[in-house]
Amino acid sequence: MAFSFLTAARRSAREIIGSLAIVLLAGAPLAAFALTPADVAPLAGDDFDAKSAAIDKLIANHDKESLAVLKALSEDSALATDSGEVLLQDGDTARDAITGKTVTAGDAQPVTLNNLLRSKVAGALSGLQLDSPDAATRGAAITALLQNPDPSIKPLVDAARAKETDPALKKRLDTLWAMTALHDADPAKRLEAVQLVAARHDLDMNELLRPLVAKKPDGSFNETDSRVRAAAQSGIDELDSIQRRSQIAGTLFAGLSLGSVLLLAALGLAITYGLIGVINMAHGEFLMIGAYATYVVQNLFQRFAPGAFDWYPLLAVPASFAAAGLVGIVLERLVLKHLYGRPLETLLTTFGVSLILIQATRMLFGAQNVQVINPAWMSGGVTVLPNLILPYNRLAILAFSLIVVGIAWAVLTKTRLGLFVRAVTQNRRMAACVGVKTARVDSYAFAFGAGIAGLGGCALSQIGNVGPDLGQSYIIDSFMAVVLGGVGQLAGTVIGGFGLGLVSKAIEPFWGAVLAKIAVLVLIVLFIQKRPQGMFALKGRSAEA
Amino acid sequence: MTSASSSATPSTHTGSTSGRAAAGYEAQSGFALGLPPRPALLSRRAWLALIALIIVFGLGVPFATLVVPETSAFHLSAYAMTITGKFMCYAIAALALDLVWGYCGILSLGHALFFALGGYAIGMYLMRSIGHDGKYGSDLPDFMVFLDWHQLPWYWQGTQHLGYALLLVVLVPAVVAWVFGFFTFRSRVKGVYLSIITQAMTFAAMLLFYRNETGFGGNNGFTDFKRIGGFPITHPGTRTALLLITFAVLILAFIGARAIVTSKLGRVVTAVRDGETRLMFLGYSPLAYKLFVWTVSAVLCGIAGALYVPQVGIINPGEMSPGNSIEMAIWVAVGGRGTLIGPIIGAFAVNGAKSFFTANFPEYWLFFLGLIFVLVPLLLPNGIMGLIEMVTRKRNRS
Repeated sequence: MAFSFLTAARRSAREIIGSLAIVLLAGAPLAAFALTPADVAPLAGDDFDAKSAAIDKLIANHDKESLAVLKALSEDSALATDSGEVLLQDGDTARDAITGKTVTAGDAQPVTLNNLLRSKVAGALSGLQLDSPDAATRGAAITALLQNPDPSIKPLVDAARAKETDPALKKRLDTLWAMTALHDADPAKRLEAVQLVAARHDLDMNELLRPLVAKKPDGSFNETDSRVRAAAQSGIDELDSIQRRSQIAGTLFAGLSLGSVLLLAALGLAITYGLIGVINMAHGEFLMIGAYATYVVQNLFQRFAPGAFDWYPLLAVPASFAAAGLVGIVLERLVLKHLYGRPLETLLTTFGVSLILIQATRMLFGAQNVQVINPAWMSGGVTVLPNLILPYNRLAILAFSLIVVGIAWAVLTKTRLGLFVRAVTQNRRMAACVGVKTARVDSYAFAFGAGIAGLGGCALSQIGNVGPDLGQSYIIDSFMAVVLGGVGQLAGTVIGGFGLGLVSKAIEPFWGAVLAKIAVLVLIVLFIQKRPQGMFALKGRSAEA
Repeated sequence: MTSASSSATPSTHTGSTSGRAAAGYEAQSGFALGLPPRPALLSRRAWLALIALIIVFGLGVPFATLVVPETSAFHLSAYAMTITGKFMCYAIAALALDLVWGYCGILSLGHALFFALGGYAIGMYLMRSIGHDGKYGSDLPDFMVFLDWHQLPWYWQGTQHLGYALLLVVLVPAVVAWVFGFFTFRSRVKGVYLSIITQAMTFAAMLLFYRNETGFGGNNGFTDFKRIGGFPITHPGTRTALLLITFAVLILAFIGARAIVTSKLGRVVTAVRDGETRLMFLGYSPLAYKLFVWTVSAVLCGIAGALYVPQVGIINPGEMSPGNSIEMAIWVAVGGRGTLIGPIIGAFAVNGAKSFFTANFPEYWLFFLGLIFVLVPLLLPNGIMGLIEMVTRKRNRS
C-alpha cells in the first residue's frame, strides 16, 4: 500500500514538473535565506538523515535555486562532486547549484535518494503547485499530497491555506493541513488537526493517529495534551469500528457472490438429480460450455459490431443457455437414457463425457485460458464503505442468479413442463400411468438444467478465468450445495448454495481457503447425520428408500 | 429416489454368481431354511492356474533381471519392471475397490486417498532413510530444511523405523476409513450421495496435502529416495524383491478377498448391495458389515500405495486427485464388477492402454479414456469378465 502511494505520488509529481518552470518564472516566493554551499553539501554525502534535513531546508527556503535543486533531485539529474558541491545536469552540460556557473561534470556521481526522500521531494514539488493560479492544478496537487503528506511541506500548506478561495479546495486543504499539523507546537492546533484527520474516515489515517496515543519507552505519552489524546483515541475507535463493519460486509458480500455462482451451478444439478436420480459429473462442463459460448459471442461482437460491444451479454446469455442446453439434450438422448436405473454407472459415464468435453475444448480453443472482457458498464464498483468496494460485475451476477432462480421457479411451478417435472420427480410410475411422457420430460428437464449451468458459465466468465478446467473447480462445491440443500426443491438449493458460499467465506479469513474447504466438508458430513436428506427433504414415502 | 431405483432393480447388480444364486433361492423358498452350497474358495482349475502363475513369475522375474545379461532380448529392463510393479499396485487397488463396489454396492470415488495415504506413510520412512545424503545434508528431510523447520513435526516421530512405517500404512487408512465410514454409513448415506461425499473427501485431503505447512512436502511431495531397509532402492536386486513382494501381496489380497466374499459375512455384504432395506427388515444391522468391508478395502488400497511409492520413486498430492479415484472405478468397470479377477485384468488393460496412448498419441488419451467411461457401462455392463462369460455360455449352448 505504502509503496503504491509512493509511486503514485512520484508519477503525479513528474506530470507537474513540466509546469513548474512557469511557476518559477511567474514569481518565485521571496527567498528567506540565500542558498549556501553548506545547505547542499549533505546531499553529496551518504547520510540519508542529513540529506533529509537538507531537503527540508530547501523546501523551507523555496527560492529559485532551492527549487531548481529539488527539481533536479526528482529527475535524477543532480550530481555531487567529491568535494561536496552539487551540480545540476542539463543535457550534456552541468552547472553549479549555488553559483549557477557552467562547470564540467568530471567525476561527479548522481545524488542517490531512497524512496522516502524521493517521495519527500515529490511532495515538495506538489506543494509548490498549491500556489498555482489554476484551480485544477491546485486540486491535483492536493490530491497528490493527501496521499503522501510530509510534515516538511507544512510551510507551503500554511501559505496556500491562507490564500485559497475555492471552498471545496479549501476544505481539502484543511485536511491536508491537519495531516501535517499533528505535531504542531500549539495544542489547540493539534486538537483541531486530530479532529479533522479523524473526520476523514480513511483507514490509512490510523497510521497517523496511533502514534499520538502511544507511550514513549519511559512511560510518558508521546502527546502531552490529554484532550488531543482523547480526540485521537475516539478517532481510532471510530476507524476500528468502520474497519470491522467493512470487514463483515465484505465477507458477507464475498459469500453471497460465491453463493450466487454455486447456486447457478447447483440448480441444474438439483433438478436433474431430483428428477432422474442421476448425478451428472459433466455438469461442470456445462458451465465451461456456457463460458466459452460467451467468449465466442464476445469475439463476434468485437469483430462485427464493436460499437455495440457493451451489449454483448444480451446475446451471450441466450447463446450460453442454448449451447449448454443443446449439448445436454444430445448427452441425454444419446447416452444417459440407456442408463436410467443404474445411477452409479451413470456417474462414471458422465465423468467420461466430461473428460471428452474438456479435451475437445482444449483442442478447439487451446489449453490456455481465454480472455472474456467485461462490458464497460460492468467494470468498476460502488464504494460502500472506505476500504469496501463492491465490484459491479459481482453485483450483476448476484442479481442475475436471483433472476435465474426466479425464472426456474416460474418454469417449475407455472408451466405445464414444470408440472410434469414435479410429477415425475415425485412418482415416476404414477405420472407415466396418467399419461405423462416421462422420457420426454427427462430430456427437457435435463436440457433445462444444463442450460441453467450454461448461464452460470456465462456469469462466471465475467468474474474469473475461462479455461477448459473451469467446470472442475466449481463442481465439487456445487455437489455439496445440493447435498446440503436436499434435492427436488428450489428453496433447498438456494439456501444450500448461499449457505455454503457464506460459511466458506466466513471461515476463510481465520483458517485460510484450504482449511475452510475441509471444515465445510466436515460440517456437511456432520450435518447429514441429522438431516440425511438435506435441509429440505421431500416429504412422503418417496423420500426414504 | 436414486437409491430406490438402485435397490428396486437388483438385476443391474448380477455381477456375481453368489448374488444371483441367493436371489433365486430366496424367491423359491421364502425363508432361509438352508443356504445354497457355499462356493469353493477357488475351483481346482483356478488353483492350478494360480500355482502355475506363481511358479512362472516367482522364478522368471529374478532370472530375467539378475541372470540374463542386459544385452539379451529376454532381459527385463528397469522400465518394464517399474511398469509391471506399478500395474500390480493398481490391480491391488482395483481389487480393493471391487470389494466395496462390486460386492457392497458402495461406489467410492475416494479410494485414491487411501492409496496415497499408504504411499505417504511409507514415503515418510523413505524420506527419513535418505539420512544425510540429501542436498542439505541435514537430519531433516530436504523440504523441511527448505521451509526453515528445525525439528520434526510430532507425526514424523518414529518414522525412521520400517516396522512403524508399515504399521502406519495399515493404521492410517484404516482409521480414516473407519471414522469417515462410521459417520456416513450410520446416517445411511448411500448411492450417488455417498460417491460424491467420498469424492469431496479426497479433494479436501488433496488440498490439505498441497499446503507446505501440512508437513508432507507440499506440491512436490516426497521423492529422491535412496534406500529401503538398508538396500539401495535403485539396485536391480532391490527392485526385483519389491516386484516379487508386490506380486505376493496381489495373490494374497486376491485369495483374502475371495475368502471374504465367499464367507457368510460376504453374503450379508452382498445382500446389503442387493437390498439393504430388506436386509434390515430381516434383523441385520448393515452398519458393521459395511464398515468392515469398507475398512478392509481402504487398508488394502493403502498397502497398494505403500508398494507403489518405492517402485515409482515419487508420491505427491496429485495422487489423491478426484480424477485418479474415478480412474480406479473404471478399471473395475472395464474388468467386471463383483468378480475380483476382473478388476485385476481391468487395471492391467486400462493402464496398458494408457501407457500406449500417452507414449504415441498423448492428446487422444483423454478422448479414449472418456470413451471407455461412456461405452463400457453402455455396451459391456459386466466388463471383460461379463464378455468372457457370455462367450463361453454361448459356446456351451451350441
